Amino acid sequence: MSSTGARLLGARLPTHPLAWWIWALGLAAAASRTTNPLLLVLIVAAAAFVVAARRRPTTWARGFRAYLIFGLVVVAIRTVFHIVLGGGYGETVLVWLPEIALPEWSAGIRIGGAVTAEGLASAVYDGMRLATLLVSVGAAVTLADPRRLLKSLPGALYEAGLVVVVAVSMAPALIESTVRVRRARQLRGTSTRGLRAFRSIAMPVLDQALGRAVALAAAMDARGYGRVGSLTAGARRTSAVLLLGGLLGLCLAAYGLLDAATPGSVAVPALVVGVAASVTGLVIGSRRMVRSRYRPDRFDLRSALVALCGLVVAALFFLTELSGPAVSHPSTFPLVWPQLALLPLIGIAIAASPGVLSTQVEAFGTFSGESAVNTPAEVTFSGESAVKSGRVSAR
Amino acid sequence: MISFENASVRYSGAGSDALTGVDLVVPPGEFCLVVGPTGSGKTTLLGAATGHVPHFTGGLLRGRVLVGGRDTRTHPPRELADVVGMVGQRPMDGFVTDSVEDELAFVMESLALEPAVMRRRVEETLDLLGLADVRRKSLAELSSGQQQRVAIGAALTAHPQVLVLDEPTSALDPGAAEDVLAALHRLVHDLGVTVLLSEHRLERVVQYADSVLSLTAPGEPVRYGPPGEVLAESRVAPPVVALGKLAGWSPLPVSVRDARRLAPALLQRLGDAAPPVRECSAGPPPAGDPVLSAHGLWQRYRNGPAVLRGVDLDVRAGEVLAIMGRNGAGKTTLLSALQGGLKPERGTVTLDGDPVHTVSARARRRLVSLVPQEPGDLLYLDTVDAECAQADTESGAAPGSTLALLARLIPGVLAELDPRDLSEGQRLSLVLAIQLAGGPRVVLLDEPTRGLDYAAKDRLTEILTDLARAGTAVALSSHDVEFVAATADRVAVLSDGEVIADAPTVEVVLSSPTYAPQVAKILAPGAWLTVHHVERALGAGQPLPSDAADLLSSPEVLR
Repeated sequence: MSSTGARLLGARLPTHPLAWWIWALGLAAAASRTTNPLLLVLIVAAAAFVVAARRRPTTWARGFRAYLIFGLVVVAIRTVFHIVLGGGYGETVLVWLPEIALPEWSAGIRIGGAVTAEGLASAVYDGMRLATLLVSVGAAVTLADPRRLLKSLPGALYEAGLVVVVAVSMAPALIESTVRVRRARQLRGTSTRGLRAFRSIAMPVLDQALGRAVALAAAMDARGYGRVGSLTAGARRTSAVLLLGGLLGLCLAAYGLLDAATPGSVAVPALVVGVAASVTGLVIGSRRMVRSRYRPDRFDLRSALVALCGLVVAALFFLTELSGPAVSHPSTFPLVWPQLALLPLIGIAIAASPGVLSTQVEAFGTFSGESAVNTPAEVTFSGESAVKSGRVSAR
Repeated sequence: MISFENASVRYSGAGSDALTGVDLVVPPGEFCLVVGPTGSGKTTLLGAATGHVPHFTGGLLRGRVLVGGRDTRTHPPRELADVVGMVGQRPMDGFVTDSVEDELAFVMESLALEPAVMRRRVEETLDLLGLADVRRKSLAELSSGQQQRVAIGAALTAHPQVLVLDEPTSALDPGAAEDVLAALHRLVHDLGVTVLLSEHRLERVVQYADSVLSLTAPGEPVRYGPPGEVLAESRVAPPVVALGKLAGWSPLPVSVRDARRLAPALLQRLGDAAPPVRECSAGPPPAGDPVLSAHGLWQRYRNGPAVLRGVDLDVRAGEVLAIMGRNGAGKTTLLSALQGGLKPERGTVTLDGDPVHTVSARARRRLVSLVPQEPGDLLYLDTVDAECAQADTESGAAPGSTLALLARLIPGVLAELDPRDLSEGQRLSLVLAIQLAGGPRVVLLDEPTRGLDYAAKDRLTEILTDLARAGTAVALSSHDVEFVAATADRVAVLSDGEVIADAPTVEVVLSSPTYAPQVAKILAPGAWLTVHHVERALGAGQPLPSDAADLLSSPEVLR
């Protein structure tokens, strides 16, 4: 990016993790609106481009390749299932598999038989759509450290969020301990395959994982995690009910909006009620949390642009779908070569633009020294704790 | 600052107290060292001071423990977070975030300090502990010494009046341990923090301590007082104290510096008595031919930088070889490659001329066996008996031979016990017995002394020496200079993947202040390495003072 552009966009703050998630979910929403394999591949390419340009070298960031591989596995599984169990519609028979005769009550299910190009294409398209959704989420996890995202969560969700993040981050330790124990089995000269070996490896690994979990819980306890604030039991309960109810409403709304068959008259009210209930629940619940935040991320212009890119991509794909199925859902019966159109291609270009728009995601705060000191920090504690911090800082 | 008022702890389901009638007050600004053999209740005592016992561990606390005036009965650990900070043995297990700065800020966020205060304290702590260079790094990238300092910093940013540390240097090399202890020393001096610290390797810490709290066994009374007085009667004592007792020095010195002033008289008494021949560099190496040899060995970690860069090393029959070096110098990788678990990237590791990694795992078990850093990795069955029987099958030994071997290593371990309930020393012996079952020609041990008390280490020295005398080649990696001085015939020092020294023990340890044992430092320029050497020389020469002779008749006192 040119220096003029950089000046225009202000100081080079790291892109907010929330922005990355909005961008990635935009990509996922776009992918859910199409089965066009060309568009899906382009979405994955856009995501991969941005990740390659912007990731940082930490544990979280190494996972993107794993998501790509996982995506391929999903496509493969979908295809294999289709070949073995799929209905053989279509005319272009590629290969005949021996068919297994099933009893009459299983009408509609078939094992083996004709494998047609049409059926295969439809299965592959479907698998690719799922894989693209996965890769989009993978890109978000890679680019936005979940632990940093945690800092932006409302106070009421902080404790639950931390538990989830810590649980997920146990995975590398678990892998390391599995590798060590496998090596130990080899030292004893026993096999590392088979059921017996599985038990002999799983036992010590589990044992160590539990030990680590207890140690971590003790450490968190000693460092003040879960200190109680001043909220009555009734308010706590109200907050929980509102939050859960609100999330349920949001789920319904998301389903309604993403599933073309559900009428908008259900989705929109559900969305409004869901958002209202969640926000109220969060506000009440957050009063309980007596916490402050150390150098929270700022949602600056750049972050807003990244998030906007995601939203625009989703919107363009929605529009493409509304304008007719030719581009969004290429026909597999008869099988035709998928087409491209200008609208979704613009969308792809926008999806890839955070690769140059955003700032390099560096490890842990890329603030240049000066701007770091001036970062206005966000404070989320109530009066009581302000007194407390006053006391401590006076010490 | 910390007061125990007749405090006793009994864990649920236990028949007896883990801690009995502790009644003492640790005044503010004191560096108090907690000593005692394995299983004497050190961890329980430390836990009681942070409120983890009984809030987190369960069990029954009788009496009262006050920390900074707050009663631990009514304040769970999280409500004590601003008064007492806790640091454990393995810092990585206790990290909540994954960056240095966030980790330092975590406790302050919980305490809801103002952002400006947090910012200032993080900067202060980074400077205080020398972590400013690594502030933006991920915690996993740090060296173990840096990780331990981050863990201390993470407790410190709450400005606690008390810091409780459970064996904070047990995994560190001598240099990194010095750094951590020096940082603690500064905290005590500059900030007046009260420190309660437990440690097995007393030689590392005792010179920093203002007082010592000594535990003997569960249910027995604790002793608390100035280091010299308490250690004089303690079952565990660092070499400097043991030497002082042997020489009859009074008051007993606890630091090398104090002891050195008293040393000339002892050196005179030792006179011309030569240090034991085995350790003397002048003599020919006692060992036989090389059994296992590495030539130009290169090894890299996954696709990272090279860990070993052209290592040449022989492991000889009838000799104990110690491999020393910083954390991350490549010791563990070298042992794995020697065992044949890793295929050399360049160079060779040969066993009697054949590349060792080509031998099948099953056959290799009977030739070269390795005791890994976490002995527990090798164990997976429910009883000691079952593990031993399994080892017999694996190594093709006669049924019962592993159990018999174990009984020789440590008498009195019950065969029905769950291996997880054994102490560190017992577990190590069990794993050693399992790995020795096949009668291997080479035994490799990775960091075997971690978590062992003096008695267990002495026992291990005896076991390894006996093995070597019986013609087995033994190689071990260790950070423990005292253990190496007492056990090894030859020392190889690894640095950055290269062997920078490979010579008889006495030559290597005497030429480096980092690797020199306390006795060598005290009796320099004499080539004495351990209290036992001095003891033998004195025993052969003049009669000993009466109280020292008493001590010698009951050898465990010395340990």
